[in-house]
Amino acid sequence: MSSAGPQPTSTLAAYLAGLRATWTSVFSYVLFGTYIGIGALAHDFGFSILWAVLSTVLIWAGPAQVILISTLGAGASWIAVAVAVGLSGVRLLPMVVALLPTIKQPATNAWKLVIPAHFTAVSMWVEALRLLPTVPRENRIAYCNGLGCGYLVTATSATVTGFYLAAKLPPLMSAGLLFLTPLAFLMSTLRNSRMLVDFLSIGFGLVLGPLFAWWELGLDLMWSGIVGGTAAYMIHRFREALQ
Amino acid sequence: MSALWSELGPYLALILCGFLPNEVWRWLGVIFSRGLDEGSEILVWVRAVATAILAGVIAKLTIFAPGVLATVPTSVRLAAVACGFIAFVAIRRSVFAGVVAGEAALAIGALMFGN
Repeated sequence: MSSAGPQPTSTLAAYLAGLRATWTSVFSYVLFGTYIGIGALAHDFGFSILWAVLSTVLIWAGPAQVILISTLGAGASWIAVAVAVGLSGVRLLPMVVALLPTIKQPATNAWKLVIPAHFTAVSMWVEALRLLPTVPRENRIAYCNGLGCGYLVTATSATVTGFYLAAKLPPLMSAGLLFLTPLAFLMSTLRNSRMLVDFLSIGFGLVLGPLFAWWELGLDLMWSGIVGGTAAYMIHRFREALQ
Repeated sequence: MSALWSELGPYLALILCGFLPNEVWRWLGVIFSRGLDEGSEILVWVRAVATAILAGVIAKLTIFAPGVLATVPTSVRLAAVACGFIAFVAIRRSVFAGVVAGEAALAIGALMFGN
């Protein structure tokens, strides 16, 4: 298949092009594996199948779901659970802020952006930033919704599969499924990196994230993002100024 | 009453402790992105922050592993990420190759050094 991709002309065609792009994406496999793990986890902590599916559709963020299921299932207080989930979701804010200006037009109503914002998760964000340059601007919202729907359908069917497989999964396999998220996040972020600022951000985040968590700084992910991202950006600006 | 609570309690928790604290960041993103256009210099910084947070998540999931993944020794998990990275670089920056190599290394390491 050509890598240039189709040039959709209607909203529906753009939506379908986005949907189709997920079928050949490595993320569909990664999401399938990850959400088998999440479905099995929900089963093991005694949640219902409907609850597990709703958590995938409504939350649509792997790490947040793992935290919600394991802390709520272990009997933590609701406040503590909400804070832990909220902290893990901080990354979504800059991701949405970086994505939306590339898909909207001057006249776009903010309400139309709530749906692509909901679909924004690492998988959709990384693939959207990679594929959007080939999509005409007026079709980009529909294209992103297609991407998001495709991934969500994959993840939802995997949640159901994992829920019913739970009792049959050997521990090593469950461990491997949980390991898919950090591996796929790392490789896909690296693949999308073009400029020095991208590689620096990855390097700083990898070091600062666990360091701040180990120091029990509180809001450690937010701080690793602000400190690491700002340092990377300043080095990038400094280097540009020199040239 | 308590039967109803045990039915609906988990769903209320899903909305209040899962959906809302997570989704609020996406809504804030919609608000903060107003007025920004694709070429804005500030977006380079925003993307750097997003990437650094993501890298932080990756490192934390590897080092402070959740659930049954914690039963695999930390050194094995770190070595497996390194193997994945080497495969990714060696095989034309392929995400698939990196993930497969990392998973294979984790399985082999867990069987050799796990308990």
